[in-house]
Amino acid sequence: MRRLAPTLIKGALIGAGLLLAPIVAQAQEETPLPRTSWSFDGPFGTYDRAAVQRGFQVYQSVCSNCHSLNLVTYDDLGPNGPGGGIGYSEDQVKGIAAEKEVTDGPNDQGEMFQRPARPSDHFVPPFPNDQANRAAHNGALPPDLSLIVKERAAGLGALPWSASGADYVYDILTGFKNPPPNEKLPDNSYYNEYFPGHHIAMPPPLADDTVSYSDGTKATTAQEAHDVVTFLTWAAEPTMEDRKRNGAKVLIFLVVLTGLLYAAKRKIWADVH
Amino acid sequence: MAAPQSQNALVRWIDRRLPVFTFINHELNEYPTPKNLSYWWNFGSLAGIMLVIMMATGIFLAMEYTPNVNLAFDSVERIMRDVNWGWLIRYIHMNGASFFFIVVYIHIFRGLYYGSYKEPRELLWILGVIILLCMMATAFMGYVLPWGQMSYWGATVITNLFGAIPVVGNDIVTWLWGGFAVDNPTLNRFYALHYLMPFVILGVVGLHIMALHTNGSNNPLGIDRKGPQDSIPFHPYYTIKDSFGLGVFLIIFCIFVFYFPNALGDPQNYIRANPLQTPPEIVPEWYFLPFYAMLRSVPDILFIKAKLAGVLTMFGSIFLLFILPWLDTSPVRSARFRPVYKWWFWLLVIDVFALGAVGAHRPEGWWIVIGRFGTLYYYIHFLIVFPLLGIFERPLPLPTSISAAVTKGGGKLAGASAPMEKP
Repeated sequence: MRRLAPTLIKGALIGAGLLLAPIVAQAQEETPLPRTSWSFDGPFGTYDRAAVQRGFQVYQSVCSNCHSLNLVTYDDLGPNGPGGGIGYSEDQVKGIAAEKEVTDGPNDQGEMFQRPARPSDHFVPPFPNDQANRAAHNGALPPDLSLIVKERAAGLGALPWSASGADYVYDILTGFKNPPPNEKLPDNSYYNEYFPGHHIAMPPPLADDTVSYSDGTKATTAQEAHDVVTFLTWAAEPTMEDRKRNGAKVLIFLVVLTGLLYAAKRKIWADVH
Repeated sequence: MAAPQSQNALVRWIDRRLPVFTFINHELNEYPTPKNLSYWWNFGSLAGIMLVIMMATGIFLAMEYTPNVNLAFDSVERIMRDVNWGWLIRYIHMNGASFFFIVVYIHIFRGLYYGSYKEPRELLWILGVIILLCMMATAFMGYVLPWGQMSYWGATVITNLFGAIPVVGNDIVTWLWGGFAVDNPTLNRFYALHYLMPFVILGVVGLHIMALHTNGSNNPLGIDRKGPQDSIPFHPYYTIKDSFGLGVFLIIFCIFVFYFPNALGDPQNYIRANPLQTPPEIVPEWYFLPFYAMLRSVPDILFIKAKLAGVLTMFGSIFLLFILPWLDTSPVRSARFRPVYKWWFWLLVIDVFALGAVGAHRPEGWWIVIGRFGTLYYYIHFLIVFPLLGIFERPLPLPTSISAAVTKGGGKLAGASAPMEKP
């Protein structure tokens, strides 16, 4: 044990060095992102189902007018979804899907036809293709939101002490401001404190009471942003709860096993001089 | 308990015709090992286990992955979302690459510190460097497969390096791509080669172990074993020590897999590859950063363009490892008895970390200066420090035997089953 301690310390230092290099790498000149507390933070964090459902409502009534969510299916919302969905029943999922129309076909006559979406369909995008979406938005393309939370984590943002992708999206949604007096905004852009370069093509999407929550929660801008980010984090990684739950089991097993192996090692080596 | 004397008649029957049991017994059971190996010697077996983990998870990923520019990204996300336990397999594979490199880099620095590359282990060391090169190729091609932004742009930058070769460079790049840009043919061949390379590595690992078992492990004292009192059989002593080390390693590995699975990767790779949009910064995975720094640090030298000079410098840094056994002129292996080399060793470690930091930053301001000095020092370390230290350094007196050093006065045979050492 006496020999082991300095070895482990050295190992830890090397490990820390390995980790620090990319942290330094990702330090950015932009306004530092404020952090928010999330239900899915930490090793035991889970998705607050009520918040995810409210966030889904925000997505449906606001975001989905411009942003697709291509990687998510309607079934994912229900009990068949990864991680057991976000708390809707199979019938509710059918209802949600049926509100949208999709093009299917060809049928027996060789014709394409419209039909209501089914749970197995992916979220129906607001525009048939990117070109149509750009054309409707002065040439700017609203990105797909399926992985927005994962693709915007700043480098080691997946570690607990730095702003995560969820923080970034929340900060963007709540970071709209009037531009500094001497700064002239280009056409069709808005000033956002946290967007790289500060000029964002997206108009402020949320305001107080943009939605009226069915569960009676007061729909402030911050509340809406918080809810929709919780929903988008779920959409980016619906298996997160599974991952953390299994991680705890695996680690408990490994700690016990490693303890036993250490005891066995001591015993076997006792006769070596 | 050699196999021919086994209780089991079937084992005896097979062994007489195909001596696999004798072989296993000889190489994994009674294989005599220095009794003073520290935990730094765990990293060889850890690397072997990582290779197996990567191949096992990789084969299952290959069953669900689609190597097509239009489908690759979605097929990976399908693994993450819809395939049972797909997220676990992929996160193990993704973080496994990083941890494989952590293990191998520690393994290499251990060899540098204790002089494990010296006579008679030169070929063992060279085979190890070949494994490192194969690993780099495999990791690079594997990173292209998810077809995210960093996959695409990383592939573009790295394959373009071959364009630096005079006269035929551009033709070689076109040949590598299978077209005039990184595109579907590139992805397809990278997938095929990414599946092939681990088996090549496995073969070289076999040779690496064969070379190892010919002369046995080096040890922290760097002196040869003098007799049976210096050795213990591999099993059970090092099987249990390696198992314990594996447990500790798996705990750290699993903390990343289950709680920080994306910490070591670039978030930009969760954006679908877009040939029309260059990301703000193109950065390789962390394990390539020191090499990337060398690539970008070299200015135009006389008539050699910076790009070619950078490529030569980067590949040269690995080439130096190949010839290290002849660059190091000191007859003493272990840095424990090399009072001056010991300090230079840590300088090299710091240098490599500094180069890693440089590789992660845009080449501006101080980073250029640090990068150039870091690269220069790396070369000085190998080409000047190593040869000169052997001449000018006065090593400390070596202990007469491993046993004498461990017990301060001759030990006794460890365990009744310790075999006689090979002459």
